[in-house]
Amino acid sequence: MIPVLSVRGLKVSFHTDQGRATVLDDVSLTLERGRVLGVVGESGCGKSTLIRTILGILPDAARVEAGAVVFEGENLLVFSEQELNQRVRGSRIGFIPQDPLLSLNPVFKVGSQLLEIMRDHAPPGTKRRDHIKRLIELLRRLQVPDPDTALERYPHQFSGGQRQRLLIAAALACSPGLVIADEPTTALDVTTQHEILLLLRELVDEFDISLLFVTHDLGVVAEVCDTVCVIYAGQTVEAGLVGAVLQTPTHPYTQALLACHPERSTHFVGIPGNVPSTLRMPPGCRFAPRCGYVEPVCSMALPESLQATSGASVRCIRAA
Amino acid sequence: MSSAPILELRDLSVRLGGSRRWFGKSVAPTVAVKGVSLSIHPGEVLALVGESGSGKTTLGRTILGLQPETSGDIVLDGRAVGGLSPREARKVRTAIQYVHQDAAAALDPWWSIGATLREGLLIHGVASAQVRAAKVDAMLVSVGLEPDAGRRYPHEFSGGQLRRIGLARILLLQPRLLILDEPTSGLDMSVQATVLNLLLDLRREFGLTYLFISHDLSVVQRLSDRVAIMLRGQIVECAPTAEIFQRPSHPYTMSLLASAPRLDRRPSAQQPQPQGVSGATAN
Repeated sequence: MIPVLSVRGLKVSFHTDQGRATVLDDVSLTLERGRVLGVVGESGCGKSTLIRTILGILPDAARVEAGAVVFEGENLLVFSEQELNQRVRGSRIGFIPQDPLLSLNPVFKVGSQLLEIMRDHAPPGTKRRDHIKRLIELLRRLQVPDPDTALERYPHQFSGGQRQRLLIAAALACSPGLVIADEPTTALDVTTQHEILLLLRELVDEFDISLLFVTHDLGVVAEVCDTVCVIYAGQTVEAGLVGAVLQTPTHPYTQALLACHPERSTHFVGIPGNVPSTLRMPPGCRFAPRCGYVEPVCSMALPESLQATSGASVRCIRAA
Repeated sequence: MSSAPILELRDLSVRLGGSRRWFGKSVAPTVAVKGVSLSIHPGEVLALVGESGSGKTTLGRTILGLQPETSGDIVLDGRAVGGLSPREARKVRTAIQYVHQDAAAALDPWWSIGATLREGLLIHGVASAQVRAAKVDAMLVSVGLEPDAGRRYPHEFSGGQLRRIGLARILLLQPRLLILDEPTSGLDMSVQATVLNLLLDLRREFGLTYLFISHDLSVVQRLSDRVAIMLRGQIVECAPTAEIFQRPSHPYTMSLLASAPRLDRRPSAQQPQPQGVSGATAN
């Protein structure tokens, strides 16, 4: 089966005053059709840069140095801005942003903001009337109260959870094959978060979408994702089925991250040290300076990704 | 616990907003805190859990004295300290201090950390500049930072370090009861653990009592001795932590516990969707 999205050996660097900062270095991931892939990592590990590269919205200072982003058989990195706008973003890839409050313009009605997306990205030939109908249907499915009049209201008239539903509607409006969600529930309460997660999980099957779910919460990964990809300092360190990675983590970083979770420890443990600076990456394994199992060979060369006994692909010499 | 409570709230209510107009309908005030009775004992960690809009922060601000209460009593160390204006309330409640949720926003980007920390001491009447400087350096070490951190500026620190600075600033004022407003929100899991460890260490070192405002149940379960669950301005359940997590009695507590993301559970498999949670927060 051809995956919906396949990122291969992606390397992205930023130009800074102090030199080139390599933010992503050899990131690979695969998302099968109808599945949910969780991308997990701490702040500064390159999650947002990864999303921006896939969507083609990197800032000017960034440069893709190597790799490919293959979406439905096409490499998105060779597309022009215009091609991306007309053929990919909004129509075939939907995006759910992190903060529903910041992503809606407070002075425009919800309807005008959602219809703008459909006007720009819906198949040519469809009428505004059809767009309104489609949106109301979506809002009804997403359990937004009073869907028939919701488009005539302003963002402040909705609660946080309802706003997130509006943005999910925006992402799904043009029936995309892939939806990218950037920490869609971090700004929400526990109970609202739970509802939104359940909803997303249902929508994946119902609308036949594949979901790329970026988060730093391993609990959320356990709830919604089928596969997971753990990123550390711009590199994929462990990728595999959620059950395998969360129950029998192989990479020391994944193990340390899980040990930090209050559910898995009787006392609070952190990971000593800091994430290395993108300007001065350690030679060899990037986790070596903080790793409890470090050996001299770790700092000599970057380990290759190996197949671990859990079935996950792990970038560590101990996986063999 | 047998000791006398450090802080006691009796039937505390706070109404916010509302106005009477000459023409047209008057606007009814919001009852943010409704008849809350709570006691906090010396040395314990009491967690205050509830969703946004439930009145957690208003209750914290009222205890601190920034928000005058509408009715009810606040008793600190057996002394009634309620019914005062914010300025007077802060004078008699210096034993209570508040740690901000967003540590970065609470620091002036143009001031060095040392200057910010020394100002607090100056306001609280430490006259000698040398004593102020020495205290600041010692406190920076206590929260796990280098003493030369005082010469640096907020943007040079990571999120976890900024939390430590926020704690140092408050601890310099020698509080006994700390109100911690979501002390780990927005932190990575690995950093969160170190900050929570620091909180436990500081509690031992300085003999502190914590009122811990949070909605992260996994942290609450590990850190607190007792948990108070707040819904629409009222405390609906208050019990020792183990009891709340093993035998929750209020339906809202049950739905909260069922909603928390867990590592070892798939959503469809076991837990039914929580009932009656939508629209739980009254406007």
